Amino acid sequence: MGLMALLLAAAIAVQVVRDRGWVPYEPPNPTLWVQSGPLMQRLSLSYANLMADVYWIRAVVYYGGVRRGGGGAKSYEGLYPLLNMVTSLDPHFRVAYRFGAIFLTEAYPQGPGRPDQAIQLLERGIEQDNGRWEYFHDIGFVYYWWLHDYPKAAEWFLKGAERPNAANWLKPLAATTLATGGQRDTARQLWTELLKSDMGFIHGQAEFRLKQLDAMDTISELTPVLQRFINREHRLPQSWQELAATEHLPQVPLDPTGVSFVFDSNTGRIDVSRKSTLWPLPIDAQTPAGLPQ
Amino acid sequence: MRQVVLVAGAVFRESVRDRVPYSMVLFAVVLMAASFLISQLTAGQDLKIIKDLGLAALSIFGMLIAVFLGIGLVSKEVERKSIFGLLAKPITRAQLVIGKYAGLVATLVINLAVMTAAFYAVLAFMNYSAPESVRAGWAAPALDPRLLVAVVLIVAEVAVVTAIALFFSTFSSPLLSAVLTLGLWVAGHFNADLRNFGEVVDSPVIAAVARGLYYVLPNLAPFDVKAEVVHGLPVAMRHVALTLLYAAVYSALLLTASVAIFRRRDFK
Repeated sequence: MGLMALLLAAAIAVQVVRDRGWVPYEPPNPTLWVQSGPLMQRLSLSYANLMADVYWIRAVVYYGGVRRGGGGAKSYEGLYPLLNMVTSLDPHFRVAYRFGAIFLTEAYPQGPGRPDQAIQLLERGIEQDNGRWEYFHDIGFVYYWWLHDYPKAAEWFLKGAERPNAANWLKPLAATTLATGGQRDTARQLWTELLKSDMGFIHGQAEFRLKQLDAMDTISELTPVLQRFINREHRLPQSWQELAATEHLPQVPLDPTGVSFVFDSNTGRIDVSRKSTLWPLPIDAQTPAGLPQ
Repeated sequence: MRQVVLVAGAVFRESVRDRVPYSMVLFAVVLMAASFLISQLTAGQDLKIIKDLGLAALSIFGMLIAVFLGIGLVSKEVERKSIFGLLAKPITRAQLVIGKYAGLVATLVINLAVMTAAFYAVLAFMNYSAPESVRAGWAAPALDPRLLVAVVLIVAEVAVVTAIALFFSTFSSPLLSAVLTLGLWVAGHFNADLRNFGEVVDSPVIAAVARGLYYVLPNLAPFDVKAEVVHGLPVAMRHVALTLLYAAVYSALLLTASVAIFRRRDFK
């Protein structure tokens, strides 16, 4: 027993020494050796669901790894093929369609910024289960938030509202989108509904986006205050403290995560700090409609 | 009948003494429990993954126990020459084969029952520890009794695989029996392709042969309803009943063939 413990300790020590001087080769983009979903389904015999789980974990780890990865250009090239494989192996894996679409739409560098692939993935979900209103809603959402195609978004919300057991707020949302698409209040309404989601990841996304909208509201309120200071002093304030003192603000403005805002010393444009988890705001905070142009 | 029960009891006792099934059951239980560790990587899909992994572990380890114990049922007796002592007793060769099959199936049922209990214990813990808001998002409840439908069909599939292993065990070596059994198990999951072969080949003869093979080879794909029960989709009771009937009839066919071959064998 003592000898075994000694040998185990020796094996661990050798491993530690070896790991200090050896970095295993990792290709810049992991290769998906089998790209065909139907072929992988055959090869999985009666364990296609389990293989789908393995590929799902790979997709989550891949996305998280690239997103959190340090400097240099980020490539999310492998994300769609992985998600495609997951949904081929388990066509009823509804979270893979919904979360996968969120991963795919995230703007670079937080994600690949591919709303087209997100729509493609969700349409595959609809092919499998035409009755699930969430897929229609999610496509409408991609058109609304990422592509700013409000008539198309309303069309998909309406299609979703026609599905059995659809949420009763989809039809009014379609009407609002058509009438006032692009306004921050409509976006807030959309995210507030998603906040009610029983899926933790979607709930978290909604919470995050609502905080971003709150930050944008604050920026909209601060912009005329800053403008007033510039008009009077013909310069930018030295700090937020100076602005707060001269413009009688109750306190130094902070974003919803508690981080100070920043302003560009040349243009005076206010934004959330890069230190804030809310950065980058998905939409141009200072455009009147509050959405990117 | 009494002789069959006696042989089955002896096989069961021998299997209990054999440590291989124990280690497999233990490994499966550890695997199910370890599925908690991966929950951080699943973006909230831990319940689905635990269910998938649990059912797959039941199926894989049940199948491995069936193959590795089944292939030695008869051939081991022949290798050890203990077959002479057995045949000298007041027992027919048919009773011996059927008794051995019944004993191994009983062992498998108990092993799978233990694994199922461990599986439900993991799910119960999951159900207990998840907040109400998370539970509301599950496609099917954690302690969904429909999972038992999949378990019952896994038991039936394993019973067919045991019959296949026993069949090969009556005339070939354990190694060859293992290869042939695993081969038939794999073929059994590709069977649906043989039925549709006519749509991709021009020759009506080949299409007819493929269709014939479809009906002759064991068709194991219908035993797999794991995906349906995990997603809470309905599984028709008619399908379950007919699949169980198929398992009974096909196992009986293999046992009859095993008895026929075993009767003709000369052990001198």
